Amino acid sequence: MTHIDEAPTPTGAVPRATAPPQGREKKLSGRDRLVVITMVTVPLALVLWLVWVPALGSVVLSFGKWNGFGDLDTIEWVGFQNYEDIVTIYPPFWPAIQHNLIWLGFLFLFPTVLGMLLAVVLDREMRGSRFYQTAFYMPVVLSLALIGFIWQLFYSRDQGLINDVFGTQIDWYGDPDINLWAVLVATAWRHTGYIMLIYLAGLKGVDASLREAAAVDGAGEVKTFFHVIFPVMRPINMVVIVIVVIESLRAFDLVWVINKGRNGLEVIGALVAQNVIGEATRYGFGSALAVIMMLISSVFITIYLRNVFREERRG
Amino acid sequence: MSLSRSSAIPRSALTTMAASRRSVLGGLALSGLAVGGANLLAACGGDDSGPATGDGASVKFGINEAEGSGAAYDRLAAIADAYAKESGTEVSLNAVDHNTFQESINTYLQGTPDDVFTWFAGFRMAQFAENGLITDLSDQWPIDGLGDSFKEAATAPDGKQYFVPISYYPWAVFYRKSVFEDNGWAPPETNDDFMALMDDMQGKGITPFAFGDKDGWPAMGTFDILNMRLNGFDFHMSLMAGEEAWDGDEVKLVFDTWRQLLPYHQADPLGRTWQEAATAMNKGECGMYLLGTFVVDALGESGEDLDFFTFPQLDSSIPADSLDAPIDGFCVAAAGQNPDAGKAMAKWLGSAAAADAGNNAADAPFIAANSGASTSTYSDLQKKSVEVVSAAANIAQFMDRDTNADFANTVMIPSIQDFLKNPDDIDGITASIQEQADSIFS
Repeated sequence: MTHIDEAPTPTGAVPRATAPPQGREKKLSGRDRLVVITMVTVPLALVLWLVWVPALGSVVLSFGKWNGFGDLDTIEWVGFQNYEDIVTIYPPFWPAIQHNLIWLGFLFLFPTVLGMLLAVVLDREMRGSRFYQTAFYMPVVLSLALIGFIWQLFYSRDQGLINDVFGTQIDWYGDPDINLWAVLVATAWRHTGYIMLIYLAGLKGVDASLREAAAVDGAGEVKTFFHVIFPVMRPINMVVIVIVVIESLRAFDLVWVINKGRNGLEVIGALVAQNVIGEATRYGFGSALAVIMMLISSVFITIYLRNVFREERRG
Repeated sequence: MSLSRSSAIPRSALTTMAASRRSVLGGLALSGLAVGGANLLAACGGDDSGPATGDGASVKFGINEAEGSGAAYDRLAAIADAYAKESGTEVSLNAVDHNTFQESINTYLQGTPDDVFTWFAGFRMAQFAENGLITDLSDQWPIDGLGDSFKEAATAPDGKQYFVPISYYPWAVFYRKSVFEDNGWAPPETNDDFMALMDDMQGKGITPFAFGDKDGWPAMGTFDILNMRLNGFDFHMSLMAGEEAWDGDEVKLVFDTWRQLLPYHQADPLGRTWQEAATAMNKGECGMYLLGTFVVDALGESGEDLDFFTFPQLDSSIPADSLDAPIDGFCVAAAGQNPDAGKAMAKWLGSAAAADAGNNAADAPFIAANSGASTSTYSDLQKKSVEVVSAAANIAQFMDRDTNADFANTVMIPSIQDFLKNPDDIDGITASIQEQADSIFS
């Protein structure tokens, strides 16, 4: 007796019968729903608590005058006074805005281009490329505070390496016309490695057949890069743009280590810190500066998000 | 404050790590909540204070030097031990890094502070007194060996004492004895001597004054002493309290005199730390340096070749008997758990025994405020400091301790630096200071 030729058992139909309905009416099991709810609410609560509550708190505080003594009811509400003072009688403010913009422009022009160039060169797998990669990336691992200290050894007017070697007496960190550029060079030293690494990763991800196709079509190295490789790396470029914008708006650590963001090194982040951290406790004034910084950031964020959404719609 | 910043680089690095931009923004709003919450906690803590001294009593002692930070910590720890031994009170030491202590002092005092904590005389103390954060110690005064000038420095505007001093350090004009001897120079007595000395130095190719203001605060010392010499101590103090005009003729005179003295100072001060300036004096490139006695720390030696004189008289109607000599000491926190034990300990901390306990335990002694303290461990510089400060009629605490910290840090530091960049724009700078002072002191 053999059962081989028997018709398929009804069990074969079971999966189809119990398969979940497709589309919008899909119902999650209780457990799945719990997981989804947890995954949405926990991060949401964290974002609300750690991002939105402090941000809104800053906005509220920026309309008051408070030195941190006593309860919140000791805050004296002064309306737009803090903002008015910032733009009229607070001398470091406008230089700070200008320096942040210079910072942004500089990071785009030099370290980004240089980082891209290094990435292209190192991507060619030449001898010792691993070593160079490590060498260029090394500064990224160091904290900016440490970088400020390292460069102090180069820049010090009386005891620094640069003035010693060239026999000059340039006051690199003290002269307000020069020190911003000196600091930007130190920043670039670190930022280049960062950009290089990102592009290097991007280049590794580019389909090799694209290069071959370009080569077959007779395109040279340069032409291939600008017409084929670069456009393909569009997502990487977006990431780099965002990183550069963020880095230049939050410029703080380096100038803080050097001279606490004074005398030619005013940046918004340092002004906020000067007013609320440490001995000075102008919470209202500092918050108003922070809000201004937030507004500037949101301009860039809006541009970026619009771009991303437009992209998605097109895709 | 000034001394605290003596090791500028590592400490500022620490600050930076502690204060990323995000934590600033977050901290802003949260600090409000934290403060409110801490008050509640302190209120719930209840009053479980035991006896003030002796067996079974315990006191918490908060100090602004971390363990292993050198002589300053060793002294305070030895003082705490000595008190525990002498009174039988149990002392629990809470050692916090200097910068962290300073920067979190507001939340500390409004939360659950230690009973006794290290602090400074001057406006910084008065501000806490006015806000009810520290305890009235007038029932512990007078303290044997602490004279009237110290009592005055411990007094808040309400006429009560809130502070017990332990040590101080004067600001004066330092020089190398060997350099002065080689050139046949002597400390100047009058303004004419002073100008002649500086001209002679310049003639010999030596910059008269070493000068560095990269950190922003050292130049405040120059402003202080010029203001005291040109406008007198009383004007200086009311200016610091925000009661005089910053754009008036008096302040303009200070800046104008400073402008005339600038050619005698090292060029490009804004890129130079005070340690670098001290080194320049030490190498003989500069003849003198106006700084606190902590200048010795930057020289890597015991300072045997160093000597100093007080800044000479500039206006014949104003005697040269005032100087900056910041006083360090202790306060009792109002929110502490055992205020009576705190008060008892604070009184003892002002005694000669406390100062001796500290100085005998550390390599480098401080200059004790108590006149009964032993001076056997003092260096020559310190012995002279005692003489000079005892002879002074008025003692100021240094600008960043004598005035509102908001004003000193966010207005005066950048303004003085602006002046050093553009010494000719005195009208513009003083007008800007006054505008900002109006906004802060209002």
